[in-house]
Formats: sequence, C-alpha cells, structure tokens
Amino acid sequence: MNSAIPTIADFYRVLPELLWCGFGLLAMFLQPFVRNRHFFTALAFIGALAGMAGSFLSFRNPGAGFYGLIQADAFSFFFHLLVGTVAVLVVLAAGPYLDRERLPVAEFYALLLFATAGMGVLASAQELLTAFIGLEMSSISSYILAGYRRDALKSGESAMKYFLLGSFATAFFLYGIALVYGATGTTRLDMMVDADPLGTLLKLGLSMILIGLGFKVAAAPFQIWTPDVYEGAPTPVTALFSAGPKAAAFALLLRIFATVPAATHFWFWAFWILAVLTMFAGNLGALVQTNIKRLLAYSSIAHAGYILVAFAAVTSMAKGGRSEAAVAYAAVLFYLLSYALVKLGAFTIVSQLGGAGEKNLSLDDYAGLSQRQPVVAAMLSIYLLSLLGLPVTAGFFGKFYIFKAAVNSHLLWLAVLMAINSIIGAYYYLRVIVLMYMREPSAESAAAAPVGFPLTVSVVLAVTAIGTILFGLMPNPVINFILQPTLFGH
Amino acid sequence: MLHGGHLLSVLIFFPAAGALALMMLRGDDHKYIRYIVLIVSAAEFSFSLLMLRYVRVGDAGYRLEEFAHWINQPPINYHLGVDGISIFLVILTTFLTPISVLASWKSIEHRVKEFFVMLLMLEVGGVGVFLSLDLFLFFLFWEVMLIPMALLIGIWGHERRVYAAVKFILYTMAGSIFMLVGIIWLYNATNTFDLPTIQNMLATGLLALSPRTEMLLFLAFFVAFAIKVPLFPVHTWLPDAHVEAPTAGSVMLAGVLLKMGTYGMIRFCLPLFPGASHRAARWVALLAIIGIIYGALVAMVQPNLKKLVAYSSVSHLGFVVLGIFAFHNISMQGAVYQMLAHGVSTGALFLLVGMLYDRRHTFEISEYGGLATPMPKLAAFFLFVALSSLGLPMLNGFVGEYLILLGTYQRHWQWASWAALGVILSACYLLWSYQRVFFGEITKEKNRTLPDASAREKWILITMAVVTLWMGIGSVFITRRTAADSQAVIDQVEPQRPYEAAAPVRPGQQAARVAPGVASADSPERSGTR
Repeated sequence: MNSAIPTIADFYRVLPELLWCGFGLLAMFLQPFVRNRHFFTALAFIGALAGMAGSFLSFRNPGAGFYGLIQADAFSFFFHLLVGTVAVLVVLAAGPYLDRERLPVAEFYALLLFATAGMGVLASAQELLTAFIGLEMSSISSYILAGYRRDALKSGESAMKYFLLGSFATAFFLYGIALVYGATGTTRLDMMVDADPLGTLLKLGLSMILIGLGFKVAAAPFQIWTPDVYEGAPTPVTALFSAGPKAAAFALLLRIFATVPAATHFWFWAFWILAVLTMFAGNLGALVQTNIKRLLAYSSIAHAGYILVAFAAVTSMAKGGRSEAAVAYAAVLFYLLSYALVKLGAFTIVSQLGGAGEKNLSLDDYAGLSQRQPVVAAMLSIYLLSLLGLPVTAGFFGKFYIFKAAVNSHLLWLAVLMAINSIIGAYYYLRVIVLMYMREPSAESAAAAPVGFPLTVSVVLAVTAIGTILFGLMPNPVINFILQPTLFGH
Repeated sequence: MLHGGHLLSVLIFFPAAGALALMMLRGDDHKYIRYIVLIVSAAEFSFSLLMLRYVRVGDAGYRLEEFAHWINQPPINYHLGVDGISIFLVILTTFLTPISVLASWKSIEHRVKEFFVMLLMLEVGGVGVFLSLDLFLFFLFWEVMLIPMALLIGIWGHERRVYAAVKFILYTMAGSIFMLVGIIWLYNATNTFDLPTIQNMLATGLLALSPRTEMLLFLAFFVAFAIKVPLFPVHTWLPDAHVEAPTAGSVMLAGVLLKMGTYGMIRFCLPLFPGASHRAARWVALLAIIGIIYGALVAMVQPNLKKLVAYSSVSHLGFVVLGIFAFHNISMQGAVYQMLAHGVSTGALFLLVGMLYDRRHTFEISEYGGLATPMPKLAAFFLFVALSSLGLPMLNGFVGEYLILLGTYQRHWQWASWAALGVILSACYLLWSYQRVFFGEITKEKNRTLPDASAREKWILITMAVVTLWMGIGSVFITRRTAADSQAVIDQVEPQRPYEAAAPVRPGQQAARVAPGVASADSPERSGTR
C-alpha cells in the first residue's frame, strides 16, 4: 500500500463510481448522435446496474484504497447497493415521466449517474476532502436536476433555492474541514483517532461539518429548503433526493462516528437537540399540508429526525466501544434502506398520478382513489403504513431498531418524544389513506380515465412494495449483514 | 396427533389464507364470496374447538406450544401457546366471526369482497393476539388488527364513519406505541421477548426491577390495554366507533378487540409487574368503578340505542378490570367469564340493534316504540339477550358478575359494594330502553308494518340464545378450565397468600417468595406481611 503507484485493487475499490461516471459520460457523448429515447433509458439502466455489480468486486477487495482516501468494506458495500438501487429505480420511474413532460433524456440520466457516483464516493470516503468531492458531485448534479423542468416556474425556484442554500452549507462543510485539519494536522479520518476531543478548534470544525451535513439530510433548523425544493423538482428527482443524498450524507456521518472518537464525544447533545427539533418540525409541518409532495417532504424531515435519534444513541453508546454502538449503526442502516424503498415507491406513484405538467398533486386528487385504481391505492397504503411504522412492513422494523437503540443507551426521553411524534405522524399518513378509501372522488376525477402505469413504473412499484413487505417479514439477512463486526473493515 | 401438531398455526394462518384466496377472486359474484367466507370461518371455528382436547382441567400452563426462530437480532421467536384463559377467548373470536358473516349477509352491498377480507384479517389478528407467547409477536398482531378494524368502520360504517375510524386508530396507536417502548425496555433488562422465559426469570429472581422502573413499565403496558378495554377516562373513542361501525364491526369490536385489553392485563401486567400492579390496584379499581357507574348512567340517558349498548360495554368491562385487580382467584375467573359472556350477549345486542337498523335505518330510540306488535320474535330475543346482559341468573351475564363481586368482596368489600350499583343500574337502562322500543303504542306509522325476523336472522339469534343459556347453566365447563390458570396468575402476583393456592407450589415459585427484587419492589406494609 505504500507504493506510489495505485494497485489494481485500488481501482476495484472505486469501480462502482468509475462505472457510474463512465456510463454518465457515455450518455452525454452519445446524446447528439442517438435520437432514440429508449436507448438512453436502457443505457442508464445498464449503467446503474453495472455500478451495483462493480460494488461486489469492490466488496471482494476490502481495505483502504488510494492511500487511505477511500475505504472499501461492508459498510460502503451496503451503501453502494442502496444508492445503486435508488438509481436503478429512479431510471425506471423517470423514463415515462420524461416522455410525458417532453424533457431531454440523455442529460437527465447522465446527471443522475454522476449524482449516484458522488453518493458512492461519500459512502466510501475515509478522507474529508474526498468526501467533499463526493458531496459536490452529488450536490451540483442535484441542483441541475431540481431545475430540470425548465419551463415550470416552481422547478426554477426549487433549483435556485437548493443551489443557494446548498452552496452555503457546502461552504460550512469545507470550512469545517479546514478547521479540523488545523486542529489535527490531517484530513484522514483514520488518523484522527487520537485527536483531543476537548480542543476548541476541533470542536468548531466538527460543528461546521455537522451543519453542512445537517443541511443535506434536512435536519432542523437547516430544513427550510426541503418542502420547496421537493415540491418544485420533477417528481422522480424528488424521489432521488429523498432517498439517495440523504442516505449518503448519513453514511458519511456514520463513518466519522465510527472512526473519530472525538466526534462521538462531542456530538451527543447536538444530535439530541437536532433529533427533537427535526422530528417536531417535520411532523407538525406535515399536519397542515394539502399538497402530497409537500406532505411527503415534511415527512422526509420527520424521518430524518427519527434517524437522528439513532445517531444520538450512537454517540451515547460509542463511548462504550464499537460493539455497543453496532446496534445503533444497524438501526440507521436498516432505517435508511426501508425508508428509501418506501419513499421511492410513494414518489413514483405521485409522479405517475400527477399527470402532464404535474397538475394533480393536491391531496383532494387522491379522494376515492381506491375505487378508481385499487391496486395503486393499496400500494400507496403499504408505503404510508410503512412510513407510519406499522408491523409487517420494513418501516416498522426500522422504527423498532431505532427505539431499541435509544432505549439501549438509556435515552428514554428521546424514545418517548419519538413515540409522540409517531402518533402525530400517524395522523397525516392516515389522512391520505382515509382520503383514498373512505371518501368519494370528486366529479371530474371520477370521470377521468384511470392513469396508466407503464411496465417500467410498475416494476418500480412492485420492487419497492415487495421489498417493503419482505424486509418487514424477514429482516434477518439484512440485519445479519449490517450487524457483522467488521462492518467498517477494521 | 396427540401432540396437536401445528394446530395453533393453523388457527392463525387458515383465515389468512382464506383472506388471501378471497383477494384473488373476482369481486362481482357476491353470493359465492359470502358462502366461501362462511365456510372458511365455520371451519375455523371447528378447528378452534379441537384445542379443547389439549387443555386439561386442573393443570396450569401453556399447551400446544409452537416455537420457531424468526429474527435472530434481536432474538424474536414465533412462539405460540394456549392455556385455560386464552383458549376460550380464541373460541369466542372464531365463534363471532361466522356470526358476523351471517349478520352482514344482506346489509353489506358494496365492496363485498373487501369487506370479508377485512373481517377475516380481523380474525387473524384476534386469534394471533390471544395465542402469542412472544411479546414482539403479540405486539405485531395487536397492531396489525388496527387497520382492518379501522377500514371496517371507515368504509362500511354510518354517517360519521371517517371521524370514528380515525379516532379509533389514533387512540389505540397512542397507547400501543408506548407499549412498544415498554416491550423494548423489558427486552433490555431481560434480553428476550419470550413471555414464559421472562416469567421464569421473575420467579427465580434473575430479573429484579427497581420499583420505579417496574411502575413505568407497568404503565407503558397498562395504558395501551386501558385504552383498548376501554377504561374510564380513555373510553371516549368507543361510543363513536361502535355507533359508526357496521353491525359485524360492532360485534367484533365488542367481542374481540375490547377483550384484547383485559386479556393483556391478565397475561402481561399482572404476572410481569406484580409489585406495580399491587401499588396501582386501588387506582385502577377506582377507575373501573367510575367506569361501571358512569357507563351505566350515561347509557341510561342515551337517546341512541347503539350508543346505549356501547356505554353498557364500558360499564361491563369495568367489572372485568375490577375483577382482575382484586387479585382473587374467584374474581379473576369471574373476569374471564365476564369477558366471554360480554362478548356473546353484547354481541347479540349489537346484532339485534343492527337488525332494527336494517329495517328502519335509525338508532334513535324515539323512532321506535311498540315494536313487539309487528315483530314478536325479535322482541322476544331482544328481551332474552337484555336479561342476560343485565345479569339474570341462569343466563351468562350473571355468572361473570356474580363471581367478580364474590371474589372482590372477599378482598375489598367497599369495591364490591360500589360495583354492585352497576348491576342495578344495568337493569334500569336495559329494561327501560326495552320498554321504550318494544312496548307502548306504535307512534310511527312506518313501524306498524315492519317484518319480523327472517329465517337467517332467526338462526343467528337462536345460536346466540343457545350459547347464552348454555353459558348460564353449564358455566362449570368453562370455570373448571380457567381455574388453574387464573390461580397461576394470582400466584405470580401474590405469592404470599397461601390459603388460596389450590395448585401445588412449584419449586420456582418458592424461590420467588424470597426473591430480593420482588421484596424491594414492595411497599413497606406488604413486606411486613411476609
């Protein structure tokens, strides 16, 4: 590993990112030459899948790559599969959407794959500047994707807001890195093990990193942008936002926790407060929403809050050694998985039911849906029940593991606050289900023909719904994998 | 086959399979769907009767246990078992389901397939709750049951159905989410979700909870159960849910869902948190007595017949809770008996109210009057059921209330005296409402030509009446089987009361009496009695 020339194994360790970027570039190059829209969908689909396949190769070659800049281990493997799955499903869901909205395809997929690659880098980065590059890759692609519906005013607003606030947060992140470097003399996380947790400079740096990442995961008080951006962005992009970048940012946070003891010591109260604020901001905000995209956006904030509860548990437990904290890590990972599936499915349905120009986004458009489209209503109910955390869905186990982590670390108050929030959350998720099943449709929506669900979209729904139920019935394989002692490679 | 094979799993999964098969069917031929569901639920009932062979008289403990690993981190097991208490609740569930199917034969006209799927899912949840011996599994069935019930109310209910459905689900979830935290907390202390294992740890002193922890855990469980029962201050969801639910929903709600709460108290609160149960007993009893009297008084002034029956449930379930928290074997058995009797007689009352509604589409008592003239048979059945509900000797309601009062009296005569008021009041509100509905002059012209009970209705009511009568006369059949297990529960709450311990003391319990954890959990005056 000390040789100046990277070994072949180093390249295996970044193979998923290489493949995603490669296919993204390919899509861009071919854009002027190929007129067939389906070609690009297929290309992006294959590219996203290839990246996932590549992550197996990277998993087979565990260890630090490129002089410790990145780390290939079970943890990064898990996140590569997660963001890869998100990319695959978003590609499938976006195809019909882009056709319907008459938007160019090649650039969309290219940006999507770049963003995915950025998330992959975030998940495996073991060095802060590398993480910064990953963050920028995924962020800049995201800004463009948010404004992809150029003609729609809201889409532009969404992109502008996301860009301005996002770059502000990135600046915080970068400044934080600089301060941490000043305090420790290194940007490599694995070399900060002995850092003095009481140093003011390090504390300041870590706080800024936390602010930067808090923005990405939409933690209150840095969540203001979320509803507007989610609402304005094209819905498949919203699906991506709610599942991908969030998971990647949480991955980086977890990585920092797992490798830098100073961070775990310092961050406990920060996470406690962030978690409570975020849960309440999300759930209370969602109560009054009348637009389904905004409702799901606020629910995203609330769920970030639940995940932050697990982080508070991590900080509290990590003092007792990594084996103690493993439960909390597992809780976060499982939650992110279940959450990504559910949000992808829900936003895909929203995207499809929205109709041309995304007109039908009001909650009233969902009244009586069970009579017009019973299967779709049942699917959406599964997702909502999983978000609500009802048993036999993956969301229930996600919530269960977080509760367990919180109780394990004696954070009873936090667990109780989370329970209260779950009840608030139940109200607005049920409201949608009540609308779909117990209300009569409005006259015009009853007269309208049922919205068609093309094959690719149906595949997305099937995969997410089956996954939600399957992980709700048999979480064993996933749990065993993420509870392995060598999750972080060392 | 003597070991019973996988009878309990069959009981849980057979209706689930039926529901799944039903979902695959096309929904337009309603007649076939009704017959299929009737056959499935009747078969399920006969399966459940098979359990009787395996639950021995005079022998406490779980039978027909099934154990399989389900999730390994944390260890959650698929652990089922039945004992003298749960067996009859399961049979009650499987008995009321075909009755509900028959009751909805004509009155459910739209989305028939979905309705029966929900009904079968409800049965799955109910049976699962009563058979689970793993806390996690219990919670799972407990939660799963919410959705079909809420949909039954919200889709097929009456005018304010959506409000009632949402209220129902939010109330119940509010309780159960804290129970989840409690379950996890308990897991943290024991490293297992397995109920018998935890009981064993308590008995051998391996698990010792501080008084404060025990009380908090007790409350986490108790609040969830109290909401479901429902106990006095948290009962407000019940009248709405009952009034708005379709007849079958009301029957299942009264017969099964409410029993889940009281069953939970017997199965979890008392054995797992004996010290806290003791300290809380007087407050719980106070709430129960308030519920008994308040429920009866509110029932008396109800202009709405269905709401009247709903409030009578609050009153009757107050008796059950009182019987449980008197910690006396007789009152405990009375509580179990009252759970069953209430399921049958209140179920029958809801059926009758539903039949009246089918004819006149109103629950207002003032809309009726003099019905005994056009419909003598229905009137006769109504009287019979009302008498059983108010506790006429020889009918089922009497046995439960009598046992509860008898047992409670021996512990706390004041409690019993107050509760006895409820018996008198129930006679008032039931007979008075009966008089207003069935006797007197016919004031509304429409009532003059109402048809009497049809053949289907007659069969439903005859079945209910036969069971009511049999439970009143042959109560020994049930009490013989509940005795040992009620005593086992009492033994776990009050190991220091030897004079009731008919069953021989097992070595494990001997140890419990000197267990330091239990001793420290007690209030000073109780430790003094050791």
